[in-house]
Amino acid sequence: MIKIEAIIKPEKANALGLALEEAGVGGYFLSNVSGKGNQKGVEVTTVRGTTKITRSSVPKTIITTVVDDSQKQKVLEILLDNAKTGEGEIGDGKIFITKIEEAIRVRTSESGKEAL
Amino acid sequence: MPDFDSGSLAWMIMASALVLFMTPGLAFFYGGLVRAKNVVSTMMYSFAAMALMPVIWVLWGYSLAFGEGNAFIGDFSYFLLDGINMTSPEAGSEVMFVIFQGMFAIITPALITGAFVERFKFSTYLIFITLWVTLVYAPVCHWVWGGGWISQGVFGDQGALDFAGGTVVHLNAGAAALVAAYMVGKRRGGAAGTIVAHNVPYVILGASILWFGWFGFNAGSELAADGIAANAFLTTNTAAAMAALTWLVISGLHTGKMSAVGAATGAVAGLVAITPACGWVDVGGALMIGLSASIVCYSCALLMEKSGVDDALVVFGVHGIGGAWGALMTGVFASEAIGGVKGLIEGNGTIVLEQLVGIVATFLYSGIATFIILKILDVIPGLGLQEPEKVEMSGLDVNVHGERGYVSDGAD
Repeated sequence: MIKIEAIIKPEKANALGLALEEAGVGGYFLSNVSGKGNQKGVEVTTVRGTTKITRSSVPKTIITTVVDDSQKQKVLEILLDNAKTGEGEIGDGKIFITKIEEAIRVRTSESGKEAL
Repeated sequence: MPDFDSGSLAWMIMASALVLFMTPGLAFFYGGLVRAKNVVSTMMYSFAAMALMPVIWVLWGYSLAFGEGNAFIGDFSYFLLDGINMTSPEAGSEVMFVIFQGMFAIITPALITGAFVERFKFSTYLIFITLWVTLVYAPVCHWVWGGGWISQGVFGDQGALDFAGGTVVHLNAGAAALVAAYMVGKRRGGAAGTIVAHNVPYVILGASILWFGWFGFNAGSELAADGIAANAFLTTNTAAAMAALTWLVISGLHTGKMSAVGAATGAVAGLVAITPACGWVDVGGALMIGLSASIVCYSCALLMEKSGVDDALVVFGVHGIGGAWGALMTGVFASEAIGGVKGLIEGNGTIVLEQLVGIVATFLYSGIATFIILKILDVIPGLGLQEPEKVEMSGLDVNVHGERGYVSDGAD
């Protein structure tokens, strides 16, 4: 089992969620966060309309899902397809993958793959 | 021109302030209904109307609406309020009328915005409402209230009844909203009927402020502190309550949940429908208008979701259809004992025909003129109607205004 966490642009979350559901990925959760990548914040904002500033952290959404190892490639393809904005764009985010030791479904006490 | 005594003048000063307060109320009502990434943009459509319309009103708006002119439109005789008595001790009445009417010219274009929120280009919007208030609002206002052809009557001496703006304000804005929603195009990344309100408390707050301000709108339209104004207050409150209750119950029966946004929308539908009627009907008529307005607008809201026109916040359904329905019901329930004019129930069928003329004329004129204005703005280089996809997807707030409604950095 692996946990896939993708930090993406918030406006990509809906389409990505739908694509994951279509592909039969059991479940995922979304968290709205803010932060910065290597570009150190790209959002230009104004203070009372008088001053332009660049904010050091911008809104992002993390989509997290835990899947069986065999689904890794499929999920990654969906993520890359749906989270990429296109040429010349920055801030599309990153994907992190970690190994999961155990998963347990509370209702039935099932564990391992059956719990996903 | 009304002649205010000091009591009426005191009431009209308050009533004007109440009507102004409806526009920020509308900003909260609409702001709560959209997605969080567009809350600033949505509220700014309304607030910008507060910034722009009063300037136009004193320059040429009032003059085009209430200058003598002809049966269709006023003239420029009151340009920059030239010729309005400003300084003598008796000046109050005339200046007060300019102020009160000016508040209506703020909220009317703001009402339209609910149709094209989350996508209409803000710079084009400012030009749009400038043209719209000049070429659509001012003429229609002149027809009904400025001595124009509708007020003179088509079939008899008694023209269409519109106590506080059911046709001038609501049907007018509603027809423009339908056309604007179609012209601007659908929202990207979400369809009508699938986008949920991001802040229901804002919706309730906004509807409540609207309800509160509507007392100035309706009872103030008597232009006097008298019994008719008190009756208008009572019928307004009664119809709003009845309509909120009705929508709440229908939504409960239809979906199994009694929706708060539904109750708020119902209240607005009732307020819209009672607007043309409030000084002409009694409290029984108000109950019937409130009840029927919610049933009609609820059905229309359901139909609009399937229509393919993305009237995002159901402005046509609530203000267009609600305004038309209210205008029609004014002709049905008008009571001689209240306003001196008989309605259909009291045996005067002609007045219903007058109402229909007002409804059809306003709908057609507003719809067609709005279409032409938007068509022109669409083809002018550098303007255009809909924001580019990138702006729309990441939200108008940060891209257009450089601000976000909610900042949660986790740091200062």
